[in-house]
Amino acid sequence: MTSYGHALREGFAYLLKNHPETFTIGQGLWSPWYVGNSMTDLDKEFGQARVIDTPVSELATTGVAVGAALSGKRPIVIHPRVDFFLLAVDQLVNQAAKWRHMFGGQVDVPVVVRAIINRGGEQGAQHSQALHSWFAHIPGLRVVMPSTPADARDLLIASSLGNDPVLFIDDRWLYDLDAELPPVNPRLRLTDVKPRVDVVGTDITLVACSYSAQLCRQAAEELRQHGISAEVVDLRVINPLDCSVAVSSVRKTGRLLAVDGDWSTCGLAGEIIASVAERMPLSGFKAAPRRLTLPDAPAPTSKPLEQAYYFKSSDITAAVLQILGRK
Amino acid sequence: MNSDAFRLGPLADPSQCHGPVDLGDTAPTQLLAWLRKLIEIRCAEEKIGDEFGKAVIKCPCHLVIGQEAPAVGVAAHIRKGDRVFGAHRSHAHFLSLGGSLQHLLAEVLGKDTGCSRGMGGSMHLLDRANNFFGSVPIVGATIPIATGAALAAKMDGVGSVAVSYLGDGATEEGVFHESLNFASVFKLPAIYVVENNLFSSHLHISLRQPFDSACRYAVAHGVAWQRVDGNDTVAMARAAGVAISAARTGGGPQLIEAVTYRWRGHVGHREDSDVGVLRKEGHKEWKKRDPISRLAVAMIAAGYISEMQIASIWTEFRSAVETAWLQACADPYPPSGALLDRVYFQEARP
Repeated sequence: MTSYGHALREGFAYLLKNHPETFTIGQGLWSPWYVGNSMTDLDKEFGQARVIDTPVSELATTGVAVGAALSGKRPIVIHPRVDFFLLAVDQLVNQAAKWRHMFGGQVDVPVVVRAIINRGGEQGAQHSQALHSWFAHIPGLRVVMPSTPADARDLLIASSLGNDPVLFIDDRWLYDLDAELPPVNPRLRLTDVKPRVDVVGTDITLVACSYSAQLCRQAAEELRQHGISAEVVDLRVINPLDCSVAVSSVRKTGRLLAVDGDWSTCGLAGEIIASVAERMPLSGFKAAPRRLTLPDAPAPTSKPLEQAYYFKSSDITAAVLQILGRK
Repeated sequence: MNSDAFRLGPLADPSQCHGPVDLGDTAPTQLLAWLRKLIEIRCAEEKIGDEFGKAVIKCPCHLVIGQEAPAVGVAAHIRKGDRVFGAHRSHAHFLSLGGSLQHLLAEVLGKDTGCSRGMGGSMHLLDRANNFFGSVPIVGATIPIATGAALAAKMDGVGSVAVSYLGDGATEEGVFHESLNFASVFKLPAIYVVENNLFSSHLHISLRQPFDSACRYAVAHGVAWQRVDGNDTVAMARAAGVAISAARTGGGPQLIEAVTYRWRGHVGHREDSDVGVLRKEGHKEWKKRDPISRLAVAMIAAGYISEMQIASIWTEFRSAVETAWLQACADPYPPSGALLDRVYFQEARP
């Protein structure tokens, strides 16, 4: 069995070993604790020339990676927290995401920015954010949010070996999730990665990504105890957003709960509901679609407030019971 | 050279540096090539200004008239494998490296034959075949990108360099300082060419910074620096040669401050001496520091060229620009599919 954190490390090791044009750069890469167990000792195995720790300069470091990507390299930038990555947004949103289009398709920018959601533990408002919906808004920027160890490894590899800029967001609450990993498929392309039905069901469709998808899988187990058959769709990639699998599922179940560990307004959950609603007749819905998201407030530090802030699988279960009129 | 890293001194005084430039021992053929390139750039920019004034060209154009020399001096030392990045005012950077007049004019018209396939306009120029790796108008954005190209060059170990052109306004962006620090720590072959024309948009540097020279930032970050009369093509080429060869051979990052002046407004065709804060003062004097006439007069005095030959170069390039313009006007716009087909990489279809 391999944990999500170790699977990420396997992804890095695979890239560094097999693709000399890859390197990784960011704050804390020579430290044992900055990024959990996801990059331990990579610098010792592959050398500090390709596993580069940096000054406290998020914007320059990200720009450096974009420049290296324009120069034949495949860099992966590490931002140990999404919150700090905000200092570097220009380089991903204004630059990397736009260079292909605004230079007439003549430029590849194969850069991966890996930003980590690192919440809980009373860390508060500036150490806890996800913000993936912001970035999924940007044409030209692929946004990848794996929820399983195999996806953590394989989508990291596919992100780095593609030709577009990718924001790869992983959640530390997933790092201890274990799974058997198949061998790496060296030909996997990000464009081939479609949403996946993780749990087959007939009564309701739960759509999510990243840690929320894991909570949905747990909720589906809980719902089984209530005699409810929930189908779980893991989006895996949220930009470009492919809602076809979710649409097929809702056509079957007639009910939709979009679950997202981010805020509601202009967020992914609302986008899922809109995208599904646009593609099927209203008569196909047996109940109004709903979303479960974080409350519209910054993350708190105080323990009881924090417990109220983050939803759990039991909250998903409760929402489903309500949609089905069972509560 | 003035050793004060904080102050430009006489170079900021518009009544100075009007005379012919010192040609040194530069070969006449080299001087002629530079003079021709300066004139080509000037002719292209005057044409773009004229057509912008008539609203035939609509995209924002930041004309380089008056400050053509830094690009020509730097381009003299760029070789295959080097990567050069510009900013909003980059027509001269593009043309100096060998970019085609027609590709530039087609681009500002949004035509499919433009250097960026009509998708970029004046502010997004690209010409990889001639080492120009891109220009963008977000101030300071290409500074870390060029730094990353320098990191890639260092990894490749073949002596290539990266050049970042920026203005004095961009030295007020935090990323400039982050990048210089980064390049210094990692000893990267990056050359930062600060074209200090004393104005950021309408605002004089004295209203934006406590000192007027960017060289002090190089000192702070442990970067080698030179300050040059940026309207002296020969001095510019000499400084670029020193900096680039140092960077190629492991000397680490370099900063060149080219003190210059743009004749037109921040954007558009007008001479906006009336809108700029402090811009009115010295405008006429600054124009006497014309890089083209100062080189031409020196070459005539040295007996390298006649006035008549220079006149015929102007005629030649005005005509070349007209020919390129007519072609660009006749060229097609991008196909409608360009709107969506270039957002993501498209797999080649078998």
